[in-house]
Amino acid sequence: MLTIDKLSVHYGGIHALQGIDLEVPDGKIVTLIGANGAGKSTTLKSIVGLVKNSGGSVSWNGETLTGLPTKDIVERGVVLVPEGRRVFPNLTVDENLTLGAYTRKDKAEVAADRARVFGLFPRLEERKRQKAGTLSGGEQQMLAVGRALMTKPRLLMMDEPSLGLAPLVVKMIFDIIREINKAGVTVLLIEQNAKAALEVADYGYVLETGRIIFHGKGRELLADDRVRKAYLGEGE
Amino acid sequence: MTFTLFLQHLANALSLGSLYALIAIGYTMVYGILRLINFAHGDVFMLGAYLAFYGITMFSLPWWGALVLAVVVTAVFGVGLERVAYRPLRDSPKISVMISAIGASFLIENLGIVIFGGRPKGFPVPEVLSRVIRLGAVSVQAVSLLIPAFAALILAVLLWVVNRTKTGMAMRAVSTDLDAARLMGVDVNKVIAFTFGAGSLLAALGGIMWSFKYPNLSPLMGVMPGLKCFIAAVIGGIGNIMGAVLGGFLLGFIELMTIAFLPDLTGYRDAFAFVLLIVVLLVKPTGLLGKRQSEKV
Ligand SMILES: Nc1ncnc2c1ncn2[C@@H]1O[C@H](COP(=O)(O)OP(=O)(O)O)[C@@H](O)[C@H]1O
Ligand SMILES: [Mg+2]
Repeated sequence: MLTIDKLSVHYGGIHALQGIDLEVPDGKIVTLIGANGAGKSTTLKSIVGLVKNSGGSVSWNGETLTGLPTKDIVERGVVLVPEGRRVFPNLTVDENLTLGAYTRKDKAEVAADRARVFGLFPRLEERKRQKAGTLSGGEQQMLAVGRALMTKPRLLMMDEPSLGLAPLVVKMIFDIIREINKAGVTVLLIEQNAKAALEVADYGYVLETGRIIFHGKGRELLADDRVRKAYLGEGE
Repeated sequence: MTFTLFLQHLANALSLGSLYALIAIGYTMVYGILRLINFAHGDVFMLGAYLAFYGITMFSLPWWGALVLAVVVTAVFGVGLERVAYRPLRDSPKISVMISAIGASFLIENLGIVIFGGRPKGFPVPEVLSRVIRLGAVSVQAVSLLIPAFAALILAVLLWVVNRTKTGMAMRAVSTDLDAARLMGVDVNKVIAFTFGAGSLLAALGGIMWSFKYPNLSPLMGVMPGLKCFIAAVIGGIGNIMGAVLGGFLLGFIELMTIAFLPDLTGYRDAFAFVLLIVVLLVKPTGLLGKRQSEKV
């Protein structure tokens, strides 16, 4: 279980996260929704140690992650698929996947995971010798997810995986998220596409300018008037 | 000019180009990873040459033993340089890092003057290397053939490391997206240290082979080659290893061929690099093999 306790982050004078509390229980899909600039990405970056926090802490199964170097956090299975995919454009699809397994020594299992990723995304196998920079946006998102799966995640965090993708691809990505979760991986999903995210999630948090303003079961939030007004568009 | 004489110039240009290429690679590798110009790189080159010199003269090592030892020590020095002068400033504004680089360069040069002495020293070139070899009508020093051959070997090894090994893959990943590489569990500090080590190793090799050919050591001997090779790296497209090689050879050839065909310009030989730089940047601002690269945030 991931536990975030009064997490606070400053960028210079900007107080981007103002003490948020959040929990991701094992085996669940939890989503964090909120408008652009609310602090969603900052939350994830600070969990994996890419951004230093100014207060509070993050712990994973009782162990404090705050202050650890990113590679140690990744080795514990807490993995982020960053906003904007960030695949390595000058590396081939295959190399991107190999890099995902960078810290792993279990060769046989790595090979099995690669086969599993190709099973989830046959498109990637077809293009495995191609430079990642030549892939379409949707394919790059598949690669970003596939690459993260190669790290052997126990908690997979995704920052706006549906951003800029065609509806069909978005649907596919959400199906895959469900499938990954069924395979036993805990998921923390960030989305501006609040409806899709709340439909797939067990539990949701709503972030507004650095504070959690509501949280509750996915379905409850979907039905909540305040959430419907602010995030789902009225009259839906 | 006779054809034989031309071939002789060609051999010289080839070895000068190889040396430039070896040094230019160090600039380009570090820039590729950190977007940092390691102004102390030319001084690392000087250090390598001096260490080999002392290995031979003070510790009576065979030349190849001195070479290996000097190269290893210089590589370690390069790793230490990054640790002390650059890592603490990793998140600082670029200008601070640049000032630190220039400071490191001056420091090494002046320590060189204090420790090695300001008076030039003659490098004891081993007889096997200075021996003149005749190939038909052309006679060249053995070292002029050895340098390109050795440089080609080193380049092949380097390309293999970069393109075929896990560390090389991590280097390529870090150079395009440092944070994304971190997210894959790559120990970025290790990759950066490795890059500095490899670049310094190449600079030391360049410095020692340079001394085989131009056996005159001084603590400031790295300044001009350092500057020229930085230019070579930019001409080739900084960040690109093959670009650095191309730039190094281009510079070596233009420098020596201009002198060969237009001896009146000999006094300006150090200016050719700058002229070439300006011409290339006017035509192709990213360098010959460079790709447009977004500034790192
Ligand atoms: N590197 C940064 N430097 C300064 N301010 C930043 C930086 N990154 C994000 N911010 C600010 O922090 C706030 C939260 O940003 P972010 O976490 O990216 O929001 P979200 O992902 O919800 O859109 C915004 O006001 C943003 O402008
Ligand atoms: Mg964001």
